[in-house]
Amino acid sequence: MDGKHSHDPVRGRSARRGFARRALALGTVVALVAACGSDDAGGTITLGSNYSDEVPREALAAAVDSCGLDVEINTVDHNTYQENFNTYVQQPDDVMAWFAGYRMRAFAQRGVVGDISDVWENLDGMSEGFQSASSGLDGNQYFVPLYYYPWAVHYRVSVFEENGYEVPTTWDELLALAAQMEADGITPFAAANDGRWPQMGMFDMINMRVNGYDFHVSLMGGRESWEDDRVKDVFGYWEEILPYYQPDVNGRTWQDAATAIGNGEAGMYLIGTFMVDNFDPEAQADLIADIDFFAFPEINPEHGQDAVEAPIDGFMMAADPENESGAKALLECLGSAQAIDAYLSVTPSVVGANADTDTSVYNARQLKSAELVGNAKYISQFLDRDTDPDFASSVVGVALADFLADPGQIDSILATVESQKQTYEFE
Amino acid sequence: MIGATDRRWLIAMVGVPTFLHVLLVWIPALATVGLSFAEWNNLDPLRDIAAVGTENYTVIFTVFGTRLFPALFNNLALVLFLFLCTAAGMLLAYLLDKSVRGTALYQSIYYFPVVLSLAVVGFIWKSVMFSRESGLLNILWPGDPIDFVGDQTRLFELVLPFGDVPVGISRNFAALLVAMAWRHIGYVMVLYLAGLKAVDPSLKEAAAVDGCNEWQSFRSVVFPTLKPINVVVAVITVIEALRAYDIIAALNVPRGTEVMGTLVTSALIGEGAGRVGIGSAYGTVLFVLCIGFIIWYVYNNFREDER
Repeated sequence: MDGKHSHDPVRGRSARRGFARRALALGTVVALVAACGSDDAGGTITLGSNYSDEVPREALAAAVDSCGLDVEINTVDHNTYQENFNTYVQQPDDVMAWFAGYRMRAFAQRGVVGDISDVWENLDGMSEGFQSASSGLDGNQYFVPLYYYPWAVHYRVSVFEENGYEVPTTWDELLALAAQMEADGITPFAAANDGRWPQMGMFDMINMRVNGYDFHVSLMGGRESWEDDRVKDVFGYWEEILPYYQPDVNGRTWQDAATAIGNGEAGMYLIGTFMVDNFDPEAQADLIADIDFFAFPEINPEHGQDAVEAPIDGFMMAADPENESGAKALLECLGSAQAIDAYLSVTPSVVGANADTDTSVYNARQLKSAELVGNAKYISQFLDRDTDPDFASSVVGVALADFLADPGQIDSILATVESQKQTYEFE
Repeated sequence: MIGATDRRWLIAMVGVPTFLHVLLVWIPALATVGLSFAEWNNLDPLRDIAAVGTENYTVIFTVFGTRLFPALFNNLALVLFLFLCTAAGMLLAYLLDKSVRGTALYQSIYYFPVVLSLAVVGFIWKSVMFSRESGLLNILWPGDPIDFVGDQTRLFELVLPFGDVPVGISRNFAALLVAMAWRHIGYVMVLYLAGLKAVDPSLKEAAAVDGCNEWQSFRSVVFPTLKPINVVVAVITVIEALRAYDIIAALNVPRGTEVMGTLVTSALIGEGAGRVGIGSAYGTVLFVLCIGFIIWYVYNNFREDER
């Protein structure tokens, strides 16, 4: 409804991908289909998909084709799919596209999606981190990851080189760099909040740097007070960098903020790696190659840079699928390196979840994304994937917009969040 | 006397639409009222719906008062504002009815936005007109760029005697009102143009012979004969104002522009959200406002007719 999930790389993609890439994908598909035509699960398997933009749709089709199973993909516009998911999940396809984290666990908890622990027994190449991100509260698995993409501070290498800027690793260095940029006539932070999700990333990052990953999890789980001093500390740090933000954050789309980085008006931008999708892969290839990112700087040495935000997209199984053996075979295949390779051959903007994915074809951004996430001790999903989605959008999203409009009101804003939180039931 | 066949036809013609209307409109509406007294997440089986009395209403009027009262105030402001637009639409219709040269062209221009759905109107205004970086209004504006979409600062603020929540019109909502006026004026204009065509010209001539000036002739002769249109337009205006949703949703519901319609949908259909009780309570408040107005208005009009 509100486009708040347009930070998924499967969206926000324009249909301007070249013919060459499509032809290449098709070639891959044909080759893979020929290579693995085994069909041990009888009957058609249905797959509900929200990969409705052209490129992700083709990528998913390539991944599915690589399995050589008889699959019928039902693609629904991604906003419609997510808004109606509560209704859809009660009479779903055999396999459905969804997100890891709280957003998966909430459905697992209510028994409306199927336990696929036996699929996981056969899945090779999935790390423990991905397994726990795919597990419900009961410890069983309900999800198979396909890919992920990290959030990090994006910048232009050429702008940093020309001005002699160094990548900051601590909060003080970040503040000093911001002050220097401002003196040089560059807006230090590009910032957007249209749809009220982009700044959730900033809250999450500062919170995990100041209070650590565990606090993030229990705050999102409703177990900590939003009027706690630790939460107020987060906004205290945030206020220190607000003067360096682009003005009028709340009305700007993430694309407009990305453009400000592209044309050199702004220096740094905390956003997901899908940020480069704002630029034309052919006409602006040089610009895309010039964009790099660094991990959000350390604030509290106790936590260092040990956490990173990296939303995972993947699949769940219906609670009572019509073709259970087929559904499990498809899920096992979609989590395999072979299907993920096929997916990434069509769209190289994300990183494969399976460790056996062929990284020799990765571009620099994918390699760095994998490294960033690989070095992190903790991986969070995103504010609206780690807590009750309505609490995230109707309460926290509103509070962050109010804070950005008038930071002085933070005490009363947090009091409102805390009292409204009481009306939600957390898992 | 009505024959048996005629009677059967009559029953069928009245009965079938009534049945469909009750089935598709009134039963869901009443079910919503019922659900507003319950707690349910639309995922659990129906038997898990738990009655919670008036708790949902207590919650939306107290804990979520900071969302409810500003939204109600925005709806109220919309009612008043759209009546101004209605007056403007009527004026346009009156002028264009006077066989001005090129009247068809003017009519087409004013009517054009009505052809677009409000969601499309929202997209057009957001990207073409309002955008801070590339919108037409900001390109023409000589001063600092204005954040038409995101600036939630209030133009004025009223403190209500209850609820302890200040209300007022935020700047981005004022900008939205302009976009809504763009569409509503043309809509009303067309309705009145149709009505004016039906006014007997001899009435106006008689008024002119009796020495009425333009305003007197409009107020005392033309306007009263437009009564059936007035009733329709007034109802449309109020209902449009109360149910406003799509244009705001198309703009991603910026903070400050919430109306009842956006509160209902965000509680009901947000992904995985499903706060059916709370959403139904918002919906019931809106329903009572709409139905209350309609009953009051229609009742008053028919009573006057009988006199």
